[in-house]
Amino acid sequence: MTGEKQNLSIDNGTMDTDKMWVIMGPQHPFSHGLWTLKAQIDGEIVTDAEPIVGYLHRGWEKECENRAYPKIIPMADRLCYAASMTYTHLYCLTVEKALGIEAPEKAKYIRMIGDEICRVQSHLMWLAAVGTDLGNLTVFLWAMREREYFMDLNVRLCGARMTTNFTRIGGVRNDTTDLFDRDVLRCIDRFEKAVWDIIALIDDSSIFVSRMRGTGYLTREQCANLGITGPAMRGTGVDFDVRRDDPYSNYDKVEFEVPVLKDGDSYSRYLVRIEELFQSCKIIKQCVQKVNALGKSAPYRLKVPSKVPAGRAFARIEDPRGESMMYLVADGTDRPYRLKVRSPIFTNVSASKPLVQGSRIADVPVIMAMIDMCLGETDR
Amino acid sequence: MAETLQNPSVQQIAEYLWHRFEDKAVVTKTEERRVYAKVQKGDIFDVCRFIHDTLTFEHATSVLGNDMVDHLEVVYHLTNYYTGVMIELTVDLPTDDLHIASVSSIWDGANWHERETYELFGIVFDNHPKLERLLTPDTYEFYPFRKSYKLRGQP
Repeated sequence: MTGEKQNLSIDNGTMDTDKMWVIMGPQHPFSHGLWTLKAQIDGEIVTDAEPIVGYLHRGWEKECENRAYPKIIPMADRLCYAASMTYTHLYCLTVEKALGIEAPEKAKYIRMIGDEICRVQSHLMWLAAVGTDLGNLTVFLWAMREREYFMDLNVRLCGARMTTNFTRIGGVRNDTTDLFDRDVLRCIDRFEKAVWDIIALIDDSSIFVSRMRGTGYLTREQCANLGITGPAMRGTGVDFDVRRDDPYSNYDKVEFEVPVLKDGDSYSRYLVRIEELFQSCKIIKQCVQKVNALGKSAPYRLKVPSKVPAGRAFARIEDPRGESMMYLVADGTDRPYRLKVRSPIFTNVSASKPLVQGSRIADVPVIMAMIDMCLGETDR
Repeated sequence: MAETLQNPSVQQIAEYLWHRFEDKAVVTKTEERRVYAKVQKGDIFDVCRFIHDTLTFEHATSVLGNDMVDHLEVVYHLTNYYTGVMIELTVDLPTDDLHIASVSSIWDGANWHERETYELFGIVFDNHPKLERLLTPDTYEFYPFRKSYKLRGQP
């Protein structure tokens, strides 16, 4: 209430509300990492919002200028802990483009297996976070349990759970084993049944569905213009997936579908991610078959020179969270002259204001959960 | 040339850019689903508007800066959602005049990319709605990604 208006009648015509800024973060249950959302509220309604990032900025791109090419691979792992293999894959693709080489067929399929395992575990991490944002703690526990099986697959493939350091410039570090083939099929068969329990926990409850339905609405044109990518974009009606429309590795040689929903609210973004879980499993199964068809003697790694000829190259891939891109300027030495990372979340979070504007303050955690924050890649 | 092209092929994009801008936007190289062009500094806004409106490139994937010591560069990557074609525009900036028109009124998604390029390289985007530091503290008075800023151990 402003100081001048001391009229205590409850007639709505004379009621006057002050707008107030609410600072959510950097330590806040909804933020899933270190970032702040400043929200201006008028009663319950958000009228303005401003995201603040940069708490984790460590000059990743500048650090790379000081390191030899192979030494950047473990650093690329640390860009996003939930999907480390996609970033090492992207980095190696970029350097391979600058070198003018292509990885062997077998390495391409193994990289795709790694990417899709990371996509499943990243989406399960997101599902766990959405569970807590909706107030459903069982979803958190069950999704984390399922994620652990995919972590075990990572261990079978390369010996590490999260920061895998597996992809190499010109291939991958090691071949798949018979044990991995056995485990991956078991794990997926089990997962494709078990995930329905988690989905039922949310979808069978009208309370949780009603918190997502109709919130965070964007039109297709708004979404494209704001630069939102990934599942959040496909839940808003933009029919684009780098894997299908600008294929890299061997994504043009496997069959999968790209889920697209036109509703444009949080619930459709949720449904798109759930469907992507099943499509990723489908891709993994096909890739395992293709790797076995190539035989044990097929090469999985090339010898590459340590110096990259002067020139420029860029590559882009479909990260679990959206479209990520790296741009490399090489100057003929064994270190990059400049390496730029385009992170999907960096652009997605810049669209916070149109996403939350007009919604209730209580819906903000659910709306922002649908873009799946990861600050390691945002701040770099 | 007022009509819009929803599914422009790489060849069509190269032809359209040549007809519309001639030597202001020179296509240097084309590949499968990729067009590389060099644009003059003063024409970047018109070129981007044309690419957005006529060639229906709805998405600005990234805007980034490069310090080439004798000059700086701004590189734009633009995406067409119907065909998957990407255009890379490179603009050279002389070190004594680091001003360039902002494209964030065309693509809202370019807003933060331009802010980032500003704070890390000191390239000023004219008519940007809010050109402030984003990742680094507001009190910084230097541009950390320039080559003149040395890291420990860097020659």
